[in-house]
Amino acid sequence: MGPLMQGVLTILIGVFGCVGYFYFSNLVLDRLIFPARNDDAGRNINRANAVRPWLFLAPALFALCLYLVYPVVGSFWRSMYDRSGDVFVGMQNYKNLSVDPEFRSAVFNNFLWVLIVPAMATFLGLVIAQLTDKLKWGGIAKSLIFMPMAISFVGASLIWKFVYSNDPNIGMLNAIRIFFGADSPIDPLQVPFWNNVFLMVILIWIQTGFAMVILSAALRGIPEETIEAAILDGANPFQIFFKIQVPQIMGTILVVWTTITILVLKVFDIVYTMTGGNFGTQILPSYMMEYMFRDDGRATAVALVIMVLVLPVMIWNIAQARKEMR
Amino acid sequence: MENIAGHKSALTWVTRITVLILVVLWLIPTVGLFVSSFRDRDDISASPWWQAPFPAEQTFGTRVAGEAVQEGGAFVLTGSIYEGSDAQVGAKVVAFGISRSDPTGITAGESVDLKGGGTLTVNGDGTFEMRTPEAPSAKGQRVYFAAAVPPEFTTGNYERVLYSNGMAQAFINTFTVTIPSTVIPILIAAFAAYALAWMEFPGRGFLIAGIVGLLVVPLQLALVPLLRLHNDIGIGQSFVGIWLAHTGFGLPLAIYLLRNYMVGLPKDIIEGAKVDGATDFQIFTRIVLPLSFPALASFAIFQFLWTWNDLLVAKVFLPSDSESWVMTRKIADDLLGSRGGDWGILATAAFVSIAVPIAVFFLMQRYLVRGLLAGSVK
Repeated sequence: MGPLMQGVLTILIGVFGCVGYFYFSNLVLDRLIFPARNDDAGRNINRANAVRPWLFLAPALFALCLYLVYPVVGSFWRSMYDRSGDVFVGMQNYKNLSVDPEFRSAVFNNFLWVLIVPAMATFLGLVIAQLTDKLKWGGIAKSLIFMPMAISFVGASLIWKFVYSNDPNIGMLNAIRIFFGADSPIDPLQVPFWNNVFLMVILIWIQTGFAMVILSAALRGIPEETIEAAILDGANPFQIFFKIQVPQIMGTILVVWTTITILVLKVFDIVYTMTGGNFGTQILPSYMMEYMFRDDGRATAVALVIMVLVLPVMIWNIAQARKEMR
Repeated sequence: MENIAGHKSALTWVTRITVLILVVLWLIPTVGLFVSSFRDRDDISASPWWQAPFPAEQTFGTRVAGEAVQEGGAFVLTGSIYEGSDAQVGAKVVAFGISRSDPTGITAGESVDLKGGGTLTVNGDGTFEMRTPEAPSAKGQRVYFAAAVPPEFTTGNYERVLYSNGMAQAFINTFTVTIPSTVIPILIAAFAAYALAWMEFPGRGFLIAGIVGLLVVPLQLALVPLLRLHNDIGIGQSFVGIWLAHTGFGLPLAIYLLRNYMVGLPKDIIEGAKVDGATDFQIFTRIVLPLSFPALASFAIFQFLWTWNDLLVAKVFLPSDSESWVMTRKIADDLLGSRGGDWGILATAAFVSIAVPIAVFFLMQRYLVRGLLAGSVK
């Protein structure tokens, strides 16, 4: 049986299994366990309604626990064991990490990524959102800048290989350098420190569209009167933008910022495809992939480090969600 | 805002030009890939893609030989220099030469003295005239020439990528991974989202907060323990494994998006149906599910793009043999490594892999934007 047939079968099993489960479990609950008959009818309906939410939630909760909650514990547990997974080594994997110069450089680079990518993407997104808002063809412009969102990180990396190639007949960057009088092409991905920035440009290129779409909606949600009042008071466009509009959408800017920050901590594809972590461009997710399959103890320890870095944002998100629900 | 204030300033023009520059900047890399994918391998290394519409200069080598005509004490050989060389007839000769060390020293139309006496003239249109005191040898005279080759666009790269590079298999594999991974989580999530939106039970707020938290759990954590689990229960590295993994990883976003949307549905309809005696199951399937179509579509697009573009999960949960590679893996681990220099193949493979998501993106942009907004702004 080919994977394709298997796929069709899985879809059928998945869809009909789901519908069947929900239908029959409801039926069993209402007819067999708590039937609304005899003297207990009222009490049984109440009881059934108390159980029903859990019927609706059960498959999702099971999958979430298995695929997202259990791994947090499982990874932590695994990170306490050595390469083979048989010998308990306690915190040894973490100690090894802390003295590995490559890990330190990965942490440093990741810090740069977290500092630069969300800031640049949000800033560019905000500026483009504001500029395109007044244009007739703004919709098309936005759509084109948004497009890289649909492209895979691997595809985007390849696209940028055509910009960064050290052959001036292929790499645009080198062609421009030579046009302005440089004598020999360089490999941008091997220039220390700046190669990190060149890699970040790829992610900024992808994420600006995301920031732009959300911030553009937020800008439109600003009450017109505040802007009109500012104009009547003689504010210039820059003052209106920075003193009236931006403060009003600060909440949304923060959401965009944190969302991109989380993404930056997880993306390994760009570094993996462009440099393989060489030339001092290693970041945590790609560092982890280097040890995946070879030394799972160390790989899970790195994953836990990433988790710890994500934790503050997670807590902030939950706090926000709770505030909204009230 | 300029209009409200009653004057149109130069700022409008600055805005227009800035946006135009930004759009061009954003598009250039993708356009480069697209153009390159239609160019011949030799063209790609001969001239940059932004010069693709213009003729590119290439150097060729050939030998001229044939029956010479005797003409007043000299042997004259005429013909076209393109015969016996790789250059097409449309090319325009710019310069030529007769030694390897200086292949393009003489401008087209001028003459050069040959070693054994006599002269050779090559014209811009490719015709040549060789005058020698003796009959030219059968071996012929070595001639090099630089010609401006008119741009040629070909679909040859696509044929090579699709028919002989295993990319077709990778394309099918990507589809095989993507479709079940998109369809299965939707239903599971929809029921859960309904319960979280419209049913009252203790612990509901806690569960919603939990799902918001799970939204940002790094996938990296899940890889090692889950692969081990899959191996223990006999799924191993397989398509079934990756479908389950993608389903699990996609659920938090699915539940979150759908719940946010369902909460906003009009209360009257749902309460009215309850009063009329409809069960929760009926309300869900007959009212809430059809009304939530936009949110379902948003999530479906997200999940589709995410699974199609994913490399990490495919690397870990699919078998490592090339038969089950998806396109991202094929490009990252195979084409970039072994064919690092074949830019035509690389560009084409990349374009094949991004064509479907881009088509989905432009067709369904409305739903994508709506989903993004529901997920981040409230």
